[in-house]
Amino acid sequence: MENFEQKFDETIKRGLEIVKETEEDRLMTLSVGPQHPGSGHFRFTIKVDGDYIVYCDPDPGYVHRGEEKMCEYRNFIQNIPHLERPVIHDSTNITYSYSLAVEELTNIQVPLRGQYIRALASELNRQVYTLYWLGIYGIFLGHSTMFMWPVGDRELFIDLLEALTGARVTHAFNIPGGVRNDMPEGFKDRCLRQVAYFEKRLVEYEDIFYNNPLFRQRTEGVGILTKEDAIKLGVTGSVLRASGIPFDVRKAEPYDVYEEIDFKIQYMKTCDSYARSMVPFLDMKESCHIIRELLDKMPQSGEVRAKLQPNPKGPAGESYKRVESGRGALGYYIVSDGTPKPYRVKLSVGSFRNMLALPFLLIGSKLADMPSIYWSLNYWPVEADR
Amino acid sequence: MSSNQSNTQNGSEQKKNVTDSTQTSLSKKTEITIPEFESSIVNQLVTKFTDKIVQVVYVRPGRTKILVPPNEIVHVATFIRDTLGFDHAESVSGTDYPKDNQIEVIYHLSSYSDEKLSSHVLALSTRVDRNDSRLPTLIDIFKSAEYHERETFEMLGVYFEGHPRNERFLLPEDWADIPPLRKEFRIKGR
Repeated sequence: MENFEQKFDETIKRGLEIVKETEEDRLMTLSVGPQHPGSGHFRFTIKVDGDYIVYCDPDPGYVHRGEEKMCEYRNFIQNIPHLERPVIHDSTNITYSYSLAVEELTNIQVPLRGQYIRALASELNRQVYTLYWLGIYGIFLGHSTMFMWPVGDRELFIDLLEALTGARVTHAFNIPGGVRNDMPEGFKDRCLRQVAYFEKRLVEYEDIFYNNPLFRQRTEGVGILTKEDAIKLGVTGSVLRASGIPFDVRKAEPYDVYEEIDFKIQYMKTCDSYARSMVPFLDMKESCHIIRELLDKMPQSGEVRAKLQPNPKGPAGESYKRVESGRGALGYYIVSDGTPKPYRVKLSVGSFRNMLALPFLLIGSKLADMPSIYWSLNYWPVEADR
Repeated sequence: MSSNQSNTQNGSEQKKNVTDSTQTSLSKKTEITIPEFESSIVNQLVTKFTDKIVQVVYVRPGRTKILVPPNEIVHVATFIRDTLGFDHAESVSGTDYPKDNQIEVIYHLSSYSDEKLSSHVLALSTRVDRNDSRLPTLIDIFKSAEYHERETFEMLGVYFEGHPRNERFLLPEDWADIPPLRKEFRIKGR
């Protein structure tokens, strides 16, 4: 195993080589994406020597919307609906840390029931996101059942979230000070029933997909990201936990009610694509426990949001808050100059951080392993581009 | 809410440091005490580099921010990695301050290898002149800053000396305007 520094410098150098277009005849340049051949509006250029990838250069930005600039023109509340656009499938989590940061800046206290409901919504939303990711992962490895099942079961959670928030996908449910509305009547029973059903389904997922010899052949031992490399690259979320580091923001730095919740960090030590695809699955299992526990411990009545000033603002200052989203730590750095509009908003998203591992893992691996490495990184192009 | 949460973190931090009064700090909702562990980190930095070089901007539970001059940032970052144990950059961002004619570049550093630091984010910031915004890159110290620095280059026009790729990343290939996160760049119609 060559050492990390050499490999890292080599990765950058080879990225530069691709731009120069000075290849020999034997190397073939392939452009993967951006027209969604399994990349999702994201392009990376690779050069192959026979079966092996020798150069790789990611080229994101096809869905760059300028979210950070847009934030500077709107006030703290108006920013919520457009900030969830980078990951509409995980819209509760992406607005979660924003709400936490704004609460710190404007000094708003969230009522306890509000804290529980938004933790519940974020867990349900994490299931929605992970199921969607699993569906795409399955179809791009040629396993169409693994596309149909998660996308079908995802509807259960979408229905739950629709009952809770009023919208199927883009909820805009988290606001600074709590959540927009209380749980509807009978929600708890319905939620428990569907989670119980989903847990049975997870067993079937494991049988048909994770224990499938073909799937295991394609992912086991592929794209090894060692523990040391993972730390140096600063990857996050399931990619990090698959490399044997038990780091989860919900445990490392518990926000809202997560300190009261008893759950385990799911991680694996095999460092390969299989581990990276297994960890989100284990997270889904654990999430079912968390949902049950949240419903159990939740106060039966009370306020769900703090009363806000019409145009909330706080003293000048800054805040950096992070939560655990479906793709890892999701941080917001907000600078306020004392006006109702933020002076600067920066999103530090898991996809952008995990992208650094893509050329690092692809160089030296076979072209046929590309889909299993790419999708195992839990990468969401729209979120990385912001 | 914010101080409630900060105190909760404070509580968990103190548990690790085996000090008492976790419960009392949880119950006090408004008062924020300066946490011991965080101030010990800052003290180490100030002792090593003197307070002329390392200015402490704030110390909060789980969050500290320091401001250093651009020519010292490499030494301070090396010390932060090797002695304090912060091993990766979570985010690198820049804020434009046209009034001071400066751009602030801020590295949010965190740690995976040291469990005590996992709830902690150290913000290492520096300020450069807006008209000649050049900074030494920290890519050799924190490899994880590579794409973040590249993004900061194109969004704010801060040139990172020694970074292999100060070039376009997220913006369109034919982008021919000023860096968009500078304050004089206005969205059309607003």
